Amino acid sequence: MTHESAHGHVTGRAVYTDEQALPAKLLRLYPVQSPHAHARLLAIDTAPALAMPGIHAVLTAKDIPGENNTGPIVHDEPLLPADVVSHVGQAVAWVVGNDMAAAQAAARRVRVDYEPLPACLSIDAALAAEQFHLKPARVGCGDVDAAMAASPRRLRGEARCGGQDHFYLETHASWASIDGEGIVEITASTQHPSETQAMVAHVLGIPSNRVVCRCLRMGGGFGGKETQANAFAAIAALAAKITGHAVGIQLPRGLDMQMTGKRHPFLARYEVGFDHDGRLLALDVDMVADGGWSCDLSPPVLMRAMVHIDNAYHCPNTRVVGRIAKTHLPSNTAFRGFGGPQGMLFAEEIQDRIARHLGLAPDLVRERNAYRNGDVTHYGQQLADYELPLLWAQLKQRSDYARRRADIDAFNAASASRKRGLAITPVKFGISFNKTEYNQAGALVLIYQDGSIQLNHGGTEMGQGLHSKMLIVAARVLGVSAHRIQIMTTRTDKVPNTSATAASSGSDLNGQAIKAACETLRDRLAAVAAERLCVAPDTLAFADDRIAAGDQSLSFVEVVQAAYRARVSLAATGYYRTPTIHWDPAKGQGHPFYYFSFGAAVSEVEVCGYTGVHRLRRVDVLHDVGDSLHEAIDRGQIEGGFVQGLGWLTCEELRFSASGRLLTDAPSTYKIPTAGDVPQDFRVDLYRRAAAPTTDVIFGSKGVGEPPLMLALSAREALRDAVAAFGAAREVALDSPATPEAILRAVERVRAT
Amino acid sequence: MPRLDTLAMRVDRLTMAHLRINERQVDLTCADPTESLLRFLRRARLLGTKEGCGDGDCGACTVALVEADQTGAARFVAVNSCLLPIGALAGREVFTVEALANGDTLHPVQQALVDHAGSQCGYCTPGFAMSLFCGYYNGEFDDHVIDGNLCRCTGYVPIRRAAAALAKMPRPEDRFSKGLADRGRNSSTLETPVAGNDAPGGFLHPTSVDEALALKAHSDAAWFAGGTDLGVNLSRGQRLAPTLIAIDRIAELHTLQIADGYVRIGSVVPLTRLETELAGLFPALDEMLPWFAARQVKNRATLGGNLGSASPIGDLLPWLLAHDAVVEVRGPIGARELPIASYFKDYRKTALDPNELIVAVRVPRLDAIQAAYKVAKRQTDDISIVAAVFVLVLDAERRVRHVRLAFGGVAAVPIRALDTEAWLQGRTLDEETVGQASARLREEFSPLDDHRGSAAYRRALVGNLFARFVGERL
Repeated sequence: MTHESAHGHVTGRAVYTDEQALPAKLLRLYPVQSPHAHARLLAIDTAPALAMPGIHAVLTAKDIPGENNTGPIVHDEPLLPADVVSHVGQAVAWVVGNDMAAAQAAARRVRVDYEPLPACLSIDAALAAEQFHLKPARVGCGDVDAAMAASPRRLRGEARCGGQDHFYLETHASWASIDGEGIVEITASTQHPSETQAMVAHVLGIPSNRVVCRCLRMGGGFGGKETQANAFAAIAALAAKITGHAVGIQLPRGLDMQMTGKRHPFLARYEVGFDHDGRLLALDVDMVADGGWSCDLSPPVLMRAMVHIDNAYHCPNTRVVGRIAKTHLPSNTAFRGFGGPQGMLFAEEIQDRIARHLGLAPDLVRERNAYRNGDVTHYGQQLADYELPLLWAQLKQRSDYARRRADIDAFNAASASRKRGLAITPVKFGISFNKTEYNQAGALVLIYQDGSIQLNHGGTEMGQGLHSKMLIVAARVLGVSAHRIQIMTTRTDKVPNTSATAASSGSDLNGQAIKAACETLRDRLAAVAAERLCVAPDTLAFADDRIAAGDQSLSFVEVVQAAYRARVSLAATGYYRTPTIHWDPAKGQGHPFYYFSFGAAVSEVEVCGYTGVHRLRRVDVLHDVGDSLHEAIDRGQIEGGFVQGLGWLTCEELRFSASGRLLTDAPSTYKIPTAGDVPQDFRVDLYRRAAAPTTDVIFGSKGVGEPPLMLALSAREALRDAVAAFGAAREVALDSPATPEAILRAVERVRAT
Repeated sequence: MPRLDTLAMRVDRLTMAHLRINERQVDLTCADPTESLLRFLRRARLLGTKEGCGDGDCGACTVALVEADQTGAARFVAVNSCLLPIGALAGREVFTVEALANGDTLHPVQQALVDHAGSQCGYCTPGFAMSLFCGYYNGEFDDHVIDGNLCRCTGYVPIRRAAAALAKMPRPEDRFSKGLADRGRNSSTLETPVAGNDAPGGFLHPTSVDEALALKAHSDAAWFAGGTDLGVNLSRGQRLAPTLIAIDRIAELHTLQIADGYVRIGSVVPLTRLETELAGLFPALDEMLPWFAARQVKNRATLGGNLGSASPIGDLLPWLLAHDAVVEVRGPIGARELPIASYFKDYRKTALDPNELIVAVRVPRLDAIQAAYKVAKRQTDDISIVAAVFVLVLDAERRVRHVRLAFGGVAAVPIRALDTEAWLQGRTLDEETVGQASARLREEFSPLDDHRGSAAYRRALVGNLFARFVGERL
């Protein structure tokens, strides 16, 4: 089976939010943006804009009938600022016009008076001014101070990593209309329709039952549409409410990049204690994430970074303190990995520092520190089904690591101006939302009298292949072919109270909910079929569109029709909640993850000592997806995740001006990887488990959305390895992203020592 | 010079403007000629063509333009529809993704994308399909066919696999290849009298240099060649001039002449033609062009456009400087030849008179050691932090007989390191000389700090690239 929309994609017939049969008169929105990072709003004069042709309204804070807030966790995010603007590019008003050009022209005529205020534009500035969101978070285990004092070796250090724009190809889009009964229907490119629905209701001051949110498919999400879609949906709904017309918005790329949050930049300061063999004894980390102007999802992002500071390494005494810097920048948000990549980057940084400090091979130190099955993490979760050491050993063998290490050392000895590097890094990524209540899902399955089936679930399709996997689940439980099943647009009036499609949990949660719904229907059909075949229901097999007991069978359609005639319901909901998980946020302890996803990667690079330009020569990946629901989709997630991580770690660099304006707000200045950045020799294999798992994930599969992104850390460590070869330094500092300039700087530092 | 009454007649005829889209004639008479083809298509509900950026940098809007190659045969070239104002397309023919499948039967490039799981979110996919479509009929299947298409989901691996599978298929004979053969010379856009649109802000399409110069002298107009630079302004809703004079229908400007001592490149020859037709003649050009820009841009961008916009980071301009090229221009008072060394005056200012038109560039063929380097954050399809082209002739004693060290990205204009060149002249190129020359180069310019790179990095590159050149090429 191919991706359920593959034909639509390649023919251009697949429809996205802004492309449906839109209402004949659809008004358009354009923002009036703040030129200041921080300023008091003194006055807004909308009259000149309203006087322009084709303009219906100019929306400001006072037009909001409900709550002026779209903050998902903390109510600190006004949809339209009433008194203070908090980042450059923030919308202070929205113009509603006949088309975007008219709205844009009028937006230039809106006069806004500001009183500029001092702006805080970096983590360092926030630290200096002690500007934070919320209180510090803490996670840890053991007696760090005593263990540190007793450690034979200690190192202190500081590391940073940059942000990342999602650069989904489809920018944010929404449109809203209000029917005769006053029901607001909002169509949005959102990963979280239920939250979009709730935000629209809050802003309009109406109950949620008067709002329907639907999401057809997204042209990419990556976390960037987990909360960030809400404000654009709410403004479209507000405009529809005020003008009485349907109103739509699709952001031009520049606005999308200026107005929406990105991956959090992080700073970590650490002290690590270890023995003469490089074994971790104590780790003390102070972590700061750049949250931007509002809280958004920063607390759980920070927490995921804090509980991934171990990556795959055991340290018996760990203390992690995390803070969220409050800066006058766009509010940073979810992005594939959700803090995990930042935490793991620091973990790998520390492993490499220990190794080079001791003059040991980094892969050896990583192996010495590797978790074993049954070990307990610094947040109190005992590791089960832990096969990462096995996977690691297999990958080292498959990638011919030892021989290539020797070849590279020989190459480097003979080459002064070009050096090669090789590194292997692991990924251990916790699957489940850190926030326990998000780990639930629902489904609604409808069978019609002709035997055709409608499948509704709470997950959204953003390219990750969720709908395809859900079709496979339903088809497998009901024993029917996939063409019998129509997957429906995700709608909040079909499945309510859904969680965001995020945290690599889309298949796990929705798959189980669908399975439950389909099992209910299967049991009802089994009772009908059993009666007709005069057998016990539990002897029936559902397969190949037939329901069989031994050599006698009935067609699926026959049984469906018999069930209808027997007045048996052909509709069922399904519900699922993840078992065994719990989390105490105050203590930073618990069992937050149902299970872990594993993988490892080997990267080989070559660095030019004149320019700092590098080439990724070869990548070998071994990744655990359990019993894959769909191998092509899972491979796609692995390859695509790796390349996205590679972009974050190498060529994607967000630059802001001294006044807080994003300078890299277009693909001409913000560079995501192209085909040319992907190694020609890119080997991806799926790991085959040695033992059956103790968890019950849908058909034995494992979540795969986020974990592969962090496989790209192997490329960063390989770059560091190549940089190290330019000298004999016992420490190799490498900035992230490792742009050519950053790499050359690192080479020069190594050469100077 | 044409008389004004014939000009007037031409302008009148231009009102009959048409564009063929997917083999259907579309009337452009009432259209805004500065609207991009992308927005025009989407308004016509041909929604397969997507806007990912509107700047010509993502390829989601790629369509196939029917173009005449050097023999006059029709071929498909991939172009960014966001950068093409429809006024520039009067009389032309394009195919969009909607044309590819025949009912439910997918085109081979679409089938290959499906078979190899080449789509995830699907938003970029029509653009990839169109790039592969053009590659399929041109026999091109390597990464350069798709390096102007951004995909954020797949990591490109399955798309590359789809391209590899297509490469193994026999040379296509289908309705598209037959259609191209039928169009043959008849559709050559170079020879067909072409209609335009005389609406204010419209496009004029002269077919000779004289006519172009006359139109320029009688109107408040700007030249418009491939549109890869000006198209960005138009896409962003910025007005350029009341009238645009498209010069891509002037046959004379399309000539590419390879003579013994030099080549003469017509000012509107698309860079893709330089890549194929000049291959092997200029090693530094062969090295620069693959990194110059993506395929869609090279199919439209021209050397004349590069010289006209005179960007300090135009990657071919250091090549022209290093080769002592000569810019041939014509204007109301006749023809002039401008040596490249005195062509660039200040930031985006040149020795060109506003009413003059660049006709061609003559580039001497050198028997010299030469190399081109481009350093950018991303290796493909990015703007240079520093670009460099070096040309060097040594005598038997390794003394410098001739040297040109030309750079982009280090000053307000593309520039040669004249001081270091003079210092090198006559010196023996030993290790010490190279070290000193690199040190001098680092001090020769005062580049800017910007989001692409710091001044310190640029200075380091200027010196290091010369050291690299000597280290790797001598």
